[in-house]
Amino acid sequence: MNVVACLARVPDTASRIKPGSDGKSPDLEGAQFVVNPYDEFALEEAVKLREAKGSSLLAIHVGPVDFQKELRNALAKGADKAIQLSTTGPLGPAGISKLLAEQIRPLLPATVFLGKQSVDGDVGATGAFLGNELGLPVVSKISTLKIEGDRFSATREVEGGVETIEGALPCIFTAEKGLNEPRRAGLNQIMAAKKKPLTVETKSAPPPLLDVLALELPKDRPAGRMLGEGVGAVAALVTALQNEAKVL
Amino acid sequence: MAHQSLVYLEVRGGAVKRSSLEALGEASRQKAALGGEVVGILLGSSSTTLAHGLAGADRCICVPDPRLDRFSLEAAATATAEAARSSGATTIWFSATVQGRDLAGAVAARLGAAYAADCVEIRAEGGAVIAKRPIFGGRALVTVKAKGNPLVVSLRPNVFAPLVASPAAVGTSNLAPTFASGDFAAVVTHLASAAGGAKDVAEAEVVVSGGRGLGGPEGFKPLEELAQVLGGAVGASRAVVDLGWRPHADQVGQTGKVVSPKLYIACGISGAIQHLAGMRTSQVIVAINKDAEAPIFKVATYGIVGDVGVIVPALTAALKTAIAARR
Ligand SMILES: Cc1cc2nc3c(=O)[nH]c(=O)nc-3n(C[C@H](O)[C@H](O)[C@H](O)COP(=O)(O)OP(=O)(O)OC[C@H]3O[C@@H](n4cnc5c(N)ncnc54)[C@H](O)[C@@H]3O)c2cc1C
Ligand SMILES: Nc1ncnc2c1ncn2[C@@H]1O[C@H](COP(=O)(O)O)[C@@H](O)[C@H]1O
Repeated sequence: MNVVACLARVPDTASRIKPGSDGKSPDLEGAQFVVNPYDEFALEEAVKLREAKGSSLLAIHVGPVDFQKELRNALAKGADKAIQLSTTGPLGPAGISKLLAEQIRPLLPATVFLGKQSVDGDVGATGAFLGNELGLPVVSKISTLKIEGDRFSATREVEGGVETIEGALPCIFTAEKGLNEPRRAGLNQIMAAKKKPLTVETKSAPPPLLDVLALELPKDRPAGRMLGEGVGAVAALVTALQNEAKVL
Repeated sequence: MAHQSLVYLEVRGGAVKRSSLEALGEASRQKAALGGEVVGILLGSSSTTLAHGLAGADRCICVPDPRLDRFSLEAAATATAEAARSSGATTIWFSATVQGRDLAGAVAARLGAAYAADCVEIRAEGGAVIAKRPIFGGRALVTVKAKGNPLVVSLRPNVFAPLVASPAAVGTSNLAPTFASGDFAAVVTHLASAAGGAKDVAEAEVVVSGGRGLGGPEGFKPLEELAQVLGGAVGASRAVVDLGWRPHADQVGQTGKVVSPKLYIACGISGAIQHLAGMRTSQVIVAINKDAEAPIFKVATYGIVGDVGVIVPALTAALKTAIAARR
């Protein structure tokens, strides 16, 4: 079985966001860009499956900005091939998944790993859209995965409990934090990765189906009140919760 | 095109989830401006029974296929997409629970619809739905609108008021969708409920969260007592989850859960930007921290500077007294 890992590029979670001059898109000047944190777990799980099953692992990124360093790193960690689909113009999950599906279709049957969501748009729908494109089941937000033969058993946290999902491969999985401990590539692997195939192809994707009308910063919360220091302040807090905030 | 709403009603433990009733409530409130009907959809063998008494929906589509009693994303998406087509839905509403978010994406993909995830505000304009949703972990918000396609929205739990209406008989119709061969290839086979039926932080109306300032896993004991008095759930910062003091299920923040309770009490939590991402939309925030300069105080409605080990038990005791006095 072939294995695929999909890697998105996002600004670091600590970066400051401000509205751009159009009032619709973010001004990300000075932001540090990284591989989407959840995709590190997706890649690690893909590498583990690749090692266990002796198949081939492809790492894919869709987007216009140079991502070769990150893809080389994925090759060093265990991917066999990497491809960047370079696009211009805005992308949504429908467009991204169309481009991903074009690459993955010839590799079927293939098991695909994505992150549960990219931490810029916070949508978490690319997996579902890709599943629809490829006709594969999607199991999202997994925090454990066991594979035996062509069957899998995965667990994920849901409100108030842990769900077990079972099924047959091939399948699309999206990774929750804690699925595994992502490895670091060693020096030898980094050297070997230089010889692995990494290609960049120019593509065009259908535009997003949503129009962005405005981007704004969250309103500051109304100024709060310091009630003082130590246990002496507890009575004031109880009074405030009861009579002012009325949340008791 | 006339407006039409379809609301997915998630069933858990033999009842429609409160968060789904919030989605139903919002769809019904927007109906005044949008017109059309608000149609509910229920899956599984209990759907017809549950549909009765679902005040707020104009009618309900039931898919009483027992195979849907065990959740399969693909089968549920096939059924919901077919209901959307057959009812001519222009807006399809979900609650942004784990299941709701999954299904919202899968249904949008099947319908070629636009998808606005985890919305915190909805308004109607010119007969269309306009949605506001957080991005970048809540560090910004975008207002979005579908480009003429149907729109799928998922609503952040606890943000929208559930519909309160007196139960009335709701008309139902049955749907028998055409499932694809792979629709039941992956199914939920088991649900292990959280220990002691503990409330989930994402759904609780009160969340008492602890951070590294609690000093160790045993430091959470007083927090559990405080949460119990308030009928709430216990949350945690990532730092303490990484240290193994609390399970990941309890983590609040950008890489944990997003919560919007009525009351959020942060104990020994510094207030890092990634933590704020998960709780800044809470109605009232209380911060207890020994460092008066801790960033958590910038978002707090009320702050107390002091040692959590001392303040929390005192607060629990004072609340017990206050609550008892009201009875
Ligand atoms: C990609 C990424 C994602 C992240 N996602 C999350 C996330 O989802 N959720 C999250 O929480 N964090 C997240 N973080 C981590 C975040 O940056 C912080 O490191 C973390 O929130 C700090 O946790 P803390 O407040 O418990 O610990 P600290 O920052 O160490 O703060 C401890 C606080 O306790 C106070 N204190 C100490 N002793 C006492 C006492 N006796 N009484 C009262 N107060 C006391 C201190 O003054 C201090 O303010 C993420 C980070 C990254 C890089
Ligand atoms: N541009 C992209 N290129 C490759 N993979 C992506 C891209 N965007 C999203 N993904 C994958 O889809 C997951 C969910 O993203 P999203 O639906 O944008 O929240 C991410 O964690 C990635 O694994």
